[in-house]
Amino acid sequence: MPSLGADMEAGILVEWLVKPGDHVSRGDIVAVVETEKAAIEIETFNDGVVEEILVPEGQKAPVGAVLALIGNGGAPEPKARVSPVVRRLAERLGVDLTTVTGTEPDGVISRADVERAASGTPTTIEAPPAASVAPAPSAPPPSVTPSPVHEHPRIHVSPLAAAEAQRLRVDLTSVTGTGPGGAITRSDVERTEAARGAPEAGGAAPPEPPTGREVAPPVPLPAAARRGASEEQQLAMRRAIAELMTRSKREIPHYYLGTWIDLSRSMVWLDAENRDRAAAERILPAAILLKAVALAVQDVPDMNGFWINGEFRAGEGIHVGVAVSLRQGGLIAPCIHDVDALSLDDLMTALRDLVQRARGGRLRSSEMSDPTITVSNMGDQGVETLYGIIYPPQVALVGFGKILERPWAEGGLLGVRATVHATLAADHRASDGHQGGLFLAAIDRRVQRPEAL
Amino acid sequence: MNEHQARELILKTLCDVAPEVDAASIDPDVPFQEQLDLDSMDFLNYVISLEEAAGIRIPEPDYRRVSTLSGCVAYMVAATPVPREEAR
Repeated sequence: MPSLGADMEAGILVEWLVKPGDHVSRGDIVAVVETEKAAIEIETFNDGVVEEILVPEGQKAPVGAVLALIGNGGAPEPKARVSPVVRRLAERLGVDLTTVTGTEPDGVISRADVERAASGTPTTIEAPPAASVAPAPSAPPPSVTPSPVHEHPRIHVSPLAAAEAQRLRVDLTSVTGTGPGGAITRSDVERTEAARGAPEAGGAAPPEPPTGREVAPPVPLPAAARRGASEEQQLAMRRAIAELMTRSKREIPHYYLGTWIDLSRSMVWLDAENRDRAAAERILPAAILLKAVALAVQDVPDMNGFWINGEFRAGEGIHVGVAVSLRQGGLIAPCIHDVDALSLDDLMTALRDLVQRARGGRLRSSEMSDPTITVSNMGDQGVETLYGIIYPPQVALVGFGKILERPWAEGGLLGVRATVHATLAADHRASDGHQGGLFLAAIDRRVQRPEAL
Repeated sequence: MNEHQARELILKTLCDVAPEVDAASIDPDVPFQEQLDLDSMDFLNYVISLEEAAGIRIPEPDYRRVSTLSGCVAYMVAATPVPREEAR
């Protein structure tokens, strides 16, 4: 289970898109996972053949849990049983996984095992490599151990369904799950509620036992129940944001810088560029600002990366998180990968696609787990200044207010220019105000030459 | 396109961009961005849909004219002349 943002502790495996025997390549979407914020498409990190699915649909699994085994089909190489999240942690900490003994069931290496190895606790170092390395299994699959995250060990229920049950005061033990493995879904709860509610409304018939599919048709849900469910989703998102932002403000000593940037050259260039284009081909100023940030990161790389275990770790690539506000409330900040390498046209296409999927469709796991810096853009309905809160463990967030015409003095002359107020919220553990100032100045320099973006 | 067709198209397009929009409550003279909380990406998607549905080009300098319901209806009617045989 990949970490799809620092606020995520576990996710529900909603759907598998592959089955044992299927060939997959790195980047293929293999499953869909539901978090508090969105349904996320999980991409695989490996090429190979799906050998075994360890977490069934409908089950919740903690970050770091192994969801499935992918082998190389036929000629299994010895392979440490370890999730990508833990593998990355090991890389960051410089731990050789072949020297680590997994203490999880079936010898799977956990985050704690790697951390123990990194801190030099002898129990793990002395272990012979053979004990820690399991070949891709050809033997019968180990039984799936129940996820430790389950609050009700005998009831499989999604948080959404659990919240809905609480709201409707439905006793979960009275609900028959129709989801995979008997998991209780939201519709099961709503059906149970409908079955209970209908006779009461009529005031005559005794409540039928709230089981079985025939009790109520699954499709026409009461409108109130649908609204309730979306309210619960919003509450879940609110809680996720609350937790993450509280952590950020508690742990990260922010410093803030701001500067007014003359955008007139960029805007004039954009006007000319967009003049002969169909709307679908036009570029928004937001794309210019994103690209300028990505290129400025090349000048001041201290802003791009993470604060982990007491030190700065530079990001691999410049993956710019874009704060997208959602219509129903809340926000999410998935990234566009390698923004520095994208043309403005490609970046604009990626941005439109990302915003659309953030608001309506599905995001991909790498978009949630990879941002190395975040940009929050107030847009043209907003105010002139945005003071950001950093997404941990990132170390910087760039804020842009709305683009405004303002009086601008330059070279002894006063004129009216399109301007934007750019702010930087940065982690003082990772950088100082001097670097932050250089970074904002680099953004300014980049937008003065839009043709070079 | 006549006024009725233009209005229908505009409202449908708006609802695609912002699904929670209540067409009946739209003030015809207030910009959509303000009353419907559309950002620049939403508005671009709205313009793209209008262009594609009507087969016309709406250049950026005209954005102001298509940003209210009344303005956009007039704009669309003017931009999509009814063929002569239908107008008779």
